[in-house]
Amino acid sequence: MFRKILIANRGEIALRVLCACQELGIQTVAVYSEADRNSLHVRFADEAVCIGPPRSSESYLNIPHVISAAEITNVDAIHPGYGFLSENANFAEVCEASHIAFIGPSPEVIRMMGEKDRARREMFAAGLPIIPGSPGVVPDEDTALKLADEIGYPVLVKAAEGGGGRGMRVVHKKDELISAFQTARNESQQAFGSANVYLERLIERPRHIEFQVIGDRFGNVKHLRERECSIQRRHQKIIEESPSPVLDAKTRDEMGARVAKALAKIGYSSAGTVEFLRDEASGDLYFIEVNARIQVEHPVTEMISGVDLVKAQIRLAAGEKLDDVIGKPRFHGHAIECRINAEDPETFAPSAGRITAFRVPGGPGIRVDTAVYSEAVVPPYYDSLVAKLIAFGDDRAEAIARMSRALDQFVIEGIKTSIPLHKKILEDPDFIAGRLDTHFLERYEVVTAR
Amino acid sequence: MKRRDKKSSAAHSQTSGPDLREVSKILDFMEQHGLEEFEYENGTFHVRLRKAQSHASTAFRAAQPAPEIFASHPAASSADAPAPKPAASASEPGDENLHVVKSPIVGTFYSSPTPSADPFVRAGDRVDAGQVLCIIEAMKLMNEIESDVAGEVMRVFVENGQPVEYGEPLFAIHPSRKQ
Repeated sequence: MFRKILIANRGEIALRVLCACQELGIQTVAVYSEADRNSLHVRFADEAVCIGPPRSSESYLNIPHVISAAEITNVDAIHPGYGFLSENANFAEVCEASHIAFIGPSPEVIRMMGEKDRARREMFAAGLPIIPGSPGVVPDEDTALKLADEIGYPVLVKAAEGGGGRGMRVVHKKDELISAFQTARNESQQAFGSANVYLERLIERPRHIEFQVIGDRFGNVKHLRERECSIQRRHQKIIEESPSPVLDAKTRDEMGARVAKALAKIGYSSAGTVEFLRDEASGDLYFIEVNARIQVEHPVTEMISGVDLVKAQIRLAAGEKLDDVIGKPRFHGHAIECRINAEDPETFAPSAGRITAFRVPGGPGIRVDTAVYSEAVVPPYYDSLVAKLIAFGDDRAEAIARMSRALDQFVIEGIKTSIPLHKKILEDPDFIAGRLDTHFLERYEVVTAR
Repeated sequence: MKRRDKKSSAAHSQTSGPDLREVSKILDFMEQHGLEEFEYENGTFHVRLRKAQSHASTAFRAAQPAPEIFASHPAASSADAPAPKPAASASEPGDENLHVVKSPIVGTFYSSPTPSADPFVRAGDRVDAGQVLCIIEAMKLMNEIESDVAGEVMRVFVENGQPVEYGEPLFAIHPSRKQ
C-alpha cells in the first residue's frame, strides 16, 4: 500500500481524496496555488506545497511544478482528481518516468479515450453500439455532404478531440451543413488545437445515461450500474441520480455486462465512466465517450452500492485485485446529487466572493461534499462548484423529499448559488415523474430570457 | 512549505502541537505591553511570535497583517526526507527597503554550484542584477536563480538542500546603486 500520496487537485475533490487517504492511513501532500492558500485540503493535509500563482496553467496544470512537489515530498503516488491533469496522458507518463504511481488508467488508455473519434471506433470494435455516423474524421465538405445523406438528418458535427459541448453544431437541413461544418472546425481548432470533426445522427430528446466502471491491474473490470445525468445546462451536469428512472433491469444488466467486457478488452483499470445517449423513441442506448477518471457525481454511485470509489482507486492502483476491493456490492435505494454552483440561479453569471454564512444540512440520508466554509473566499480563477449535495432514500420519492428538505436548510450567504434553481427543478412535475431529457433545463432558460 | 506533526490535527491540539488558546493569550499579553516579539519554549513546544510592521515596505508585507507564528515540530516521521522548515516570514523588523527574492519554481535549494564549492552568495555580499544567487533543482534539472536587483544580501532564508515551494522567500536584498 502507498505510504504517501500527493493530491494534484483542489477544492472538494482534493478533500475527497484526502478523506480516502486518511481512512487508509496514508500520508497526504496537498499542492496549491496562491489563491488556495487557506483552503481546507491544504489545512488538513500532512504536508502542503505551493506550486504557483492563481492561474491554473501556472499551478494545477503545471506538470514540472506538480512533479517537483511530488519529488521533494517523496510521495509514492499521485491522485489527479477530476479535470486538470486527470486525463492528461503525458502527465501520467511523466509520473511513470519519475517512478511515481499514477492513480488512474494507463497512459495508453487515457490517450485512447481522449481522442474521441478513436475511442468511438475502439468501443464499437469491442462490442458497444454507436450512433450512426461518419467512420472517422470528416476531411472535407464533399465527404461531409455524402456521409450526412447516409446517416440521415438531423446531423451533428462534433469535435474529435474535444468535450464540454464546444466545436459542436446541429444541422437539420442539407443546405445548412457546409457552414456548420466550417464553424465547428474553427471552434474546435481554437478550443482544442485540432480542426478534426466527425458527423453523427442527432438523437432528439436524448437522455444521458452513464455506467460507472472499475477495474484492477489484472484485467478484471466490473460495472457499478448507471447514473442518469440528463439535467444539464450547456452540457454541464447540474443534477445526477442513480438508478436512472427509465432504465429497466434487463437493459441495465445487459449493457452493463457489455460495457465491462469492452473495457476489459482494451485493458482499462481504475475508475471510469462510459457515457451513452438513450433514444426516447426506440429505447436504444448509443455509446458517446469514456471519461477515464473519477467523476464529480461519483457519490451517487457510492450511496447506492456501498463502494467507496476513491479508496477503491487507491487500493487498485496499489495492486489489489478487484474482487478483494469491491467484493459483491449490494445495490439498493436511490440517490440524487445537486451540484451547487456559485452563480446566479437565473442568469448563471458566476458569483465569486467571500461566504459570510455557511450552514450545511444534515439529517437522515444526506451527504455533503464541499471544501467551502464560513468566511472562505470562492476564488474567481476556477470552476464555480461550491458543494455537492447528495440525498439518498429507499426509493426515488424519498430521495426527492430529502433533497428538497436539505436544499431548504442549506444556508450559503455572501455569494449567489444555484440552490433556488435546484429547488425549482425538484418541484417540477416532469422531474418528479422521471420524464427527463437533456433539453430539460431549456424550459427555465426560455422563461428568464429577456 | 507546511509540514504537520502527524499527531496533531487541524481541529484538536495535542501537547506537542501549538495550543491556539495559549497563543491567543500570548498575543493579548503582547498587545497590552506593546511588545514586538515574544519567544516561548517548553519541552517540544516552541513558539516565536513577531508582529508585522504596518509601515514595512510593500515588497515585504506578509499576506495577512496578523502576527506570524513560528512553531517547530519534532522531526517528521519519514526518515529519508530532510525536515523542511515552515516558510519564513516575509516581513522584517524595522523599515528598511528590502527586496525579497522568491522561488519561481518548486524544487530543492542549493546554495553552491557543486557540493564542495563555496556558496554563490553569503549575507553581506554585494550582488549585481542578473547575478546567480543559487540553484534550485527540479526534476533533475539545475535552474540558476538570478537576482533581479543590485544591492547587498541582507539575509538568506533557506538552507542548503532544503525543499522550497513556489513563492518561498530565498534572499532579502537591500537594493542600492552598485559601486
